[in-house]
Amino acid sequence: MANSLTRQNRAGWLMAGPAFALIVVFLILPFFMAVAFSFTNQRLVSPNPTEFVGTRNYERLFGIATLTLEAERDETGAVVMRDGAPVYPRLRGFTRDQERYPQYFRKREWFSFERAGNRRTYVLASDVVFLKAVRNTVLFVLVVAPVQAGLALGLAMLINRRIAGINVFRAIYFMPVVISMVVVAMLWRFIYDGNDGILNNLLGAMSFGAMPPVDWLGNPWTALPAIMAMSIWQGVGFHMIIWLSGLQTIPASLYEAAEIEGASRWQTFRYVTWPGLRNTAILIMIIITMQAFTLYPQIAVMTQGGPLDSTQSVVFQMVERGYGKQDIAGGSTISVFLFLFVLSISLLQGWLTRQRP
Amino acid sequence: MGAISLRGINKRFGATHVIKDVNIEIEQGEFCVFVGPSGCGKSTLLRLIAGLEDITSGELRIGDRVVNHLQPKERAVAMVFQSYAIFPHMTVRENIAFGLTIRRESRAEIDRKVSEAARMLRMEDLLDRRPSQLSGGQRQRVAIGRAVVRDPSVFLFDEPLSNLDAALRMSTRQEIAALHAQLKTTMIYVTHDQVEAMTLADKIVVLKEGRVMQIGAPMDLYHNPANLFVAGFLGAPSMNFLPVTVEAQGARTVTVTGDMLGRTEVPHRGRSFAPGQPATLGIRPQYLRPDDSGALRGTVRVSERLGTETVVDVALAQGTRLMAALAEDVILTPGAPVAFGFDGYKAHVFAETP
Repeated sequence: MANSLTRQNRAGWLMAGPAFALIVVFLILPFFMAVAFSFTNQRLVSPNPTEFVGTRNYERLFGIATLTLEAERDETGAVVMRDGAPVYPRLRGFTRDQERYPQYFRKREWFSFERAGNRRTYVLASDVVFLKAVRNTVLFVLVVAPVQAGLALGLAMLINRRIAGINVFRAIYFMPVVISMVVVAMLWRFIYDGNDGILNNLLGAMSFGAMPPVDWLGNPWTALPAIMAMSIWQGVGFHMIIWLSGLQTIPASLYEAAEIEGASRWQTFRYVTWPGLRNTAILIMIIITMQAFTLYPQIAVMTQGGPLDSTQSVVFQMVERGYGKQDIAGGSTISVFLFLFVLSISLLQGWLTRQRP
Repeated sequence: MGAISLRGINKRFGATHVIKDVNIEIEQGEFCVFVGPSGCGKSTLLRLIAGLEDITSGELRIGDRVVNHLQPKERAVAMVFQSYAIFPHMTVRENIAFGLTIRRESRAEIDRKVSEAARMLRMEDLLDRRPSQLSGGQRQRVAIGRAVVRDPSVFLFDEPLSNLDAALRMSTRQEIAALHAQLKTTMIYVTHDQVEAMTLADKIVVLKEGRVMQIGAPMDLYHNPANLFVAGFLGAPSMNFLPVTVEAQGARTVTVTGDMLGRTEVPHRGRSFAPGQPATLGIRPQYLRPDDSGALRGTVRVSERLGTETVVDVALAQGTRLMAALAEDVILTPGAPVAFGFDGYKAHVFAETP
């Protein structure tokens, strides 16, 4: 008995072995290596030995300081104006002076704002591009998650009925999901093209030429929204299917009961559909949030983070550091940050949506 | 206002003809039971009345209004479903108040009606529970409560007891009967259980394959079934049917003969027969009595002793089966020879042959 058990056990391990080995080599090991690298100066290829650098990589990523400057004044004490705006001392005087201002050394301006009494506060950061990437990624998640989930629910409710040809619609909405994001992004470059892209042609035709062509991916104001729109379109079908499966678990008799009680369509949604979708909603929000945080192929194919860093994303920066600049340590540090960030958001979501007795 | 009239109602699902020319008149305050085997269309008929399905043709009136094209909510009906259909995420109180909340009645009014319904259904202590914390019988009471608070002109029950165990079924059945006595509202009740039909109904509608077989008071149907189907469907165990040939028709009776019967006189109950015509004689198991000189001879196959009654399954000659229900506790061993006789005036004769 024991003999056959051990034999079976060995066969079991042999069969699970390849998958287990792959998971260890490509998921578990890299995870711990990334954590370790983030405390070193590891480079992709380097003649020098790797050194332990403590938390320096993290300090570089998150190094932020504020500096408030008084406007420059002339001999009479009046504020010096140029082009209708007060002139402030040059930041270089602070960020290059390690002796007097070590806290500002090598930092760059992230953004600044005017304050009362001709003063201006500058927010300086050691890694402005990374912070812009974090801001863009969070913005991306904040827009994409609710819009994509909402649209997917709307579509799911539209296709959750028995009418002829409904499978054609289901297939159409689901089609973008099976196309790789890289391919989708390449196709949408044609749609967003600034000269004779489909979108510009369409808008031009619809407005009888009144609407000038826009370089959707070349304009810092439109590039990120354009990528958001495309991402929503690509992923909406997937979430539609999950919503649909949730919708189909709601018993028809509940809808009939609501109908007999006289519920309007909105009341039916509010009292029957939405409560019945509670668990599906939690699942979808967690999936969308995690997917949206890993925003990468769209950026890599369409904008490379530009224009003016308006589409930098955390994952794009991670890859850019690690392989573009061969700074494996820097890339690892970003990946550790992303892991902790997404983990804490998932935990927060789990806590917010916990079952209350 | 709660009278219901179905005239020439038909329902087709695509090519399938489910309800065939149904005509039923239900009086205000009546307890009407639709009964029949599964697939007979009784639930569909109820859903047509509720407005959950569209009527293909015919006229449906509730009170003095034709309601064919009215939404369910405009028909002033309340329905209790077999699966209860109570909302799992709401408390009992919220479930009962649902229809009132939907119609935005005042808080005070809702509280008053909910506590009144809860008192009537004896579930005041359950109001703050969730459906998952309730037993099947309690859930069914919640569903009934939700129907009651709306004060509808018609109650529709779709097999409300089929998910309950036998003991609970009986007590809930009595509660529904009490509810009807108290509210005096028109009720339509669908069931496949003839005991529920017999005990609850003022009027029974027996359905088979989408057609009305017979409409009438329970005892009317029991004692004067219009056809073999109704005769066989009502009463437990089922009525025995024996093939016979008509010999002659008298003023009130018809004389028949059969292989196992000899000559028997049976009331014809208004039906007319021609001599030589094949027919079916029906006799309820309760009307058979052991009689050594009786015509029905065979051997015991199975005997079920129920204490006050003994049900005997008898194999007659030529393999015909006969059920007898004896009103006493008798010990009969399988294989033992038995003989039964009966009073011809308690038998039925039908022109149909099964």
